[in-house]
Amino acid sequence: MEFVIIGVIGVLFASGTYLILQRHLLRVIVGLSLYSHAANLALMVSGGLKRGRPPLLTTDAPYADPLPQALVLTAIVISFGMTAFAMVLAFRTRQVFGSDGVDELAGGEE
Amino acid sequence: MLPDLFVILIIGPVLTAAFLAAFRQQHALQRGLSLAVSAGLWVLSVLGLLYVLRHGIVVLRMGNWPAPYGIVLVADILSMVMVALTMTVAVAVILFSVRTVEKERQEHFYYPLFFILLMGVNGAFLTGDLFNLFVFFEILLIASFALLALGSKPGQLRETVKYLVINLVASTFFLIGLALLYRTLGTLNMADLAFKIQNSSGELDPMLTILAMVFLFVFGIKAAIFPLFFWLPGPYFQPSAGLSAFFGGILTKVGVYAIFRTFTLLFRHAPSFTHELLLILAGLTIFIGVFGALSQMDMKRILSYHIISQIGYLMLGIGLLTPHALAGALFYMVPYVMAKSALFLIAGVVQEATGSTHLKAVGGLQTHSWTLSALFLLAALSLAGLPPLAGFFSKFIVLQAGMEAGRYGYVGIGLLGGLLTLASMLKIWNGIFWGEEKGERRPVALQPLFPSIVLLVFFIVAIGLFPGILYSVTEAAAQQMYDPQVYISAVLDY
Repeated sequence: MEFVIIGVIGVLFASGTYLILQRHLLRVIVGLSLYSHAANLALMVSGGLKRGRPPLLTTDAPYADPLPQALVLTAIVISFGMTAFAMVLAFRTRQVFGSDGVDELAGGEE
Repeated sequence: MLPDLFVILIIGPVLTAAFLAAFRQQHALQRGLSLAVSAGLWVLSVLGLLYVLRHGIVVLRMGNWPAPYGIVLVADILSMVMVALTMTVAVAVILFSVRTVEKERQEHFYYPLFFILLMGVNGAFLTGDLFNLFVFFEILLIASFALLALGSKPGQLRETVKYLVINLVASTFFLIGLALLYRTLGTLNMADLAFKIQNSSGELDPMLTILAMVFLFVFGIKAAIFPLFFWLPGPYFQPSAGLSAFFGGILTKVGVYAIFRTFTLLFRHAPSFTHELLLILAGLTIFIGVFGALSQMDMKRILSYHIISQIGYLMLGIGLLTPHALAGALFYMVPYVMAKSALFLIAGVVQEATGSTHLKAVGGLQTHSWTLSALFLLAALSLAGLPPLAGFFSKFIVLQAGMEAGRYGYVGIGLLGGLLTLASMLKIWNGIFWGEEKGERRPVALQPLFPSIVLLVFFIVAIGLFPGILYSVTEAAAQQMYDPQVYISAVLDY
């Protein structure tokens, strides 16, 4: 199971990198959100994936580590906020420059 | 009882921000309360520093959960020096902002955003948990994005986009680093991590080196060290002078602080590789920054490139990893941040007075205001390291530590960097303050803008006259940094 997730993380990172290198702001933002998905998955795997284990340390029985899930939850909220801000910024940039191409951003006032 | 007050340094700014956001039309209230709260927090941070110097490391366990399970705030001398420094600059920046920020931006949450930024910075300095450090980084980032974009001028938007993308990429790698670290050691509490790394018997070392490089990449982007500095000059050039001063003075130092913390507390397993790499990067950072500065023709751009080269000196201290070098690096930080912020504020005054900061467009300003010229000269000569100003002692201690360690090559680079810094400061002096009078003279009263600059320059001169006081503080901080055991036992022993 972990190997599948690790493969998914790799694919997400590859696609994210491709998108971040594109010339349109919207694609860059989608790339950034793919990046954050990849990072969240990595956090989740860091606790080890186990099925059907209790989420807390009860007795000496094996348990699933709850901390990475708390971390992922926090990271998701943060990346949600960041993506929302990035969208607004891209929208405003499009309004001001009349285009969301990165090339058109060059120049302006020095 | 008293140590609990440390938490006000973090929740004070956020409460102020929430309160001010509710009264965005009340201009007098916005200004007055911002000044009062920042001054109060400044007093608290100085008292906190004195308390920590006297009673040792203060550990606050949030929700009373014992470390390493709960989140801890740890105030050691390094943290408190950084917090006190941040608050000093913040007071100066707010003093400057109340005179320069126009109503438009003030109504759009300038002060609330600034206080959220302060909360993020103070939190990043005080936290004892790496994931919590990530959270505070994000808080200060989102506030800085919003502040950079405030006003929506084309140049601002362009630079904010760049700054946002590079920082979000860095955040992703921060998370990846945290995941790897948690997988490897099973904890994210810094003291617990340090404890486990000390007790690991070498089998983890290759993994730890990889982790050190991941974190160096992340913090290196924030701190703008050698190969990762390319994003810096743009965003720091665009915003208004008050913000430039705070960004240039404090924000990159959060990254430097994180490198200080992780590379003294955690990644001590293979200094012959990791800290040697830091030294090489430090040398290159000094060089590239100073040459970048020399090639520019605008006061604010020259200052922006100088941020990079000065960070090289701080990295030099951490790369040498001797108590003396660490004390030197921290000593370097204090007057340098003050001088840098003061210079950005002076650039703001030049902008107010003449409408430009370009060396070709402005000239002969010393006949217009000799006070401004004198303040510039004091701050600039301190940055270049001329005695008897504070910057001389900073460079002297770092380079002396380099001599003791036998790294003469790096001492040479440091001296050359200082010389070229002087050259570029004189370039600003010749361009803007000396020579024939050029450029327009706007009928603006400049005197109300001076208190903030005078405050910062006062500290530079005071440290230059009494360097022993600051040195004894930084020496105590360096002893705590050099021996991770002090930090570990303070946090983990209840």
